[in-house]
Amino acid sequence: MYTDSTPPGEGTSGTESYREVQESPEFGELRHAYRSFAFPLTVAFITWYLLYVLLSNYAGGFMGTKVLGNLNIAFVFGIAQFLSTFLIAWWYSRHAATKLDPRAEAIKTRLEGDAS
Amino acid sequence: MSPSIQSIQLAAEGAGEHRPLIITLFSLFVVATLAITVWAGRQTKGTEDFYAGGRQFSGFQNGLAISGDYMSAASFLGIAGAIAIAGYDGFLYSIGFLVAWLVALLLVAEPLRNSGRFTMGDVLAYRMRQRPVRTAAGTSTIVVSIFYLLAQMAGAGALVSLLLGITSETGKILIVVLVGIVMILYVSIGGMKGTTWVQMVKAVLLIAGTLLITFLVLWKFHFNVSELLGAAAEKSGKGAAFLEPGLKYGATATSKIDFISLGIALVLGTAGLPHILIRFYTVPTAQAARKSVNWAIGIIGTFYLMTIALGFGAAALLDPDTITTSNKAGNTAAPLLAQEIGGGADSTGGAILLATISAVAFATILAVVAGLTLASSSSFAHDLYVNVIRKGQATEKEEVRAARWATVFIGAAAIVLGAFARGLNVAGLVALAFAVAASANLPTILYSLFWKRFTTRGALWSIYGGLVSSVVLVLFSPVVSGKETSMFPGVDFHWFPLENPGLISIPLGFLLGWLGTVVSKEEPDAGKYAELEVRSLTGTGAH
Repeated sequence: MYTDSTPPGEGTSGTESYREVQESPEFGELRHAYRSFAFPLTVAFITWYLLYVLLSNYAGGFMGTKVLGNLNIAFVFGIAQFLSTFLIAWWYSRHAATKLDPRAEAIKTRLEGDAS
Repeated sequence: MSPSIQSIQLAAEGAGEHRPLIITLFSLFVVATLAITVWAGRQTKGTEDFYAGGRQFSGFQNGLAISGDYMSAASFLGIAGAIAIAGYDGFLYSIGFLVAWLVALLLVAEPLRNSGRFTMGDVLAYRMRQRPVRTAAGTSTIVVSIFYLLAQMAGAGALVSLLLGITSETGKILIVVLVGIVMILYVSIGGMKGTTWVQMVKAVLLIAGTLLITFLVLWKFHFNVSELLGAAAEKSGKGAAFLEPGLKYGATATSKIDFISLGIALVLGTAGLPHILIRFYTVPTAQAARKSVNWAIGIIGTFYLMTIALGFGAAALLDPDTITTSNKAGNTAAPLLAQEIGGGADSTGGAILLATISAVAFATILAVVAGLTLASSSSFAHDLYVNVIRKGQATEKEEVRAARWATVFIGAAAIVLGAFARGLNVAGLVALAFAVAASANLPTILYSLFWKRFTTRGALWSIYGGLVSSVVLVLFSPVVSGKETSMFPGVDFHWFPLENPGLISIPLGFLLGWLGTVVSKEEPDAGKYAELEVRSLTGTGAH
């Protein structure tokens, strides 16, 4: 099946209206809702991961402190990286479903509706 | 060298008894997956079927397939083995491999699904001059995939020979040829649809096999992780140090910096791996792409948590000598553990578990090499052949034919290179693939999607700059020469001290993308950027 009815450059609404959409307040809100969530969060989890890498490298004594039985801080820290990854994935998806999808859908419907 | 050769032969003799069972299980997998491939091939007619599997997979299905594509022999056997030998430091790998998925989820998966069609090049070339950028994107896709493919082929040859007890050189080459032929059949006949199903089947088998061994290991230690860790630390002969960071990377100031370099390459590499990126095109919408990454994070995360039990279980239940003499890097620790936990070398239970885990390892290798071959042949056909050589003037039928032939040629090249690469340092090749992906692909993807001013020159500088710098740095690193473990241990022309180039080449890729943009006179195409931005965020006009 070739559903390639919209090759780049000949979008449903023409280049001009893509620029209008890009400058519209609705799209501005969508972009802001996406970027203000995804960008700082990316910086945060990469910093959190690098902290873990650096502590493993240069704070061996601290990381080796036993917490519970044979479980030490390094191990707990490692498991925490797993948990934070699961948590961030869930958090982003919830944000996307409530804050991004409805806005994106509204713009898409309007744009594709215009064309037909 | 001689003690290890001797014990490999010993292990080989042991494996000889289980050979019929291993071969039977493996043949079953190959026959079943080839049947699926033929079925998928009948439904593969146009480019959208061949490259994107018809875009009809669900988020869950694609999540499984992504996991099957990502969990390579390196992560299954390699991480379990690294933990079994180096303890805690082996575990560090899996964290980088997992956290990396957040970059894909938050920044890449959805915009890519919304604005591209078949390849990474579709998105990179969207606002740029098509031919130069597609050439660059195609080149880096093929380089990354071939390095990754070589690592898998080299690993497959060594591993399969060991598990099947094949010691002759001809036998090992035959294994590489066999793996290569099955992989070419999967991809050239079944396209993306066939490859996706193979990867899903493999993911289920791998998870089931790992779950079983994990359960048995934990059962043996009364489901007490602390007890398991304690037993591993004691048996390893290294005591508490086995559970702390530093055994592998803590030796010198250089090895510590090397670890940082590796960590950065792992976390930024995943979202630039072409064989992962093209999987996002197999689902109908961006929401489904998001769902598939979420499933993948869940499945891959659970799997890596289980490799902790596998690795420390192997350390706790096997003699350290048994692990390292069977394979220096510990790659056979997981199968050996399966044998031990099933009742030992002479028991039926041990034989069955060893055969099962070995067959799962074969399946793993096959599914991953198929994904890699598909990524490189798609990019060759779609980016280089159709859009650069034919200037976009090929019919759909010609394009699919080109993609099938590209599969055969790339597969054949991989067989030849794989046969030569058997002795190469597998870990170095995988780390190189991640470093190239993070240095050449990720900066260009992020700039293209999010930076209005980005130009063709910026794209070319960051792709070629990242690509060339990472490859050159590895060429003059201890991975290639100057050390006992190098590819060419006899000579020494290394001047770059780190094994992983990421620390230098990734910032360089970002810097060159910025610099190329700032110095170019070309006005960025504002209309095209508007189109890309609106489409990537809203899904308007998505294929």
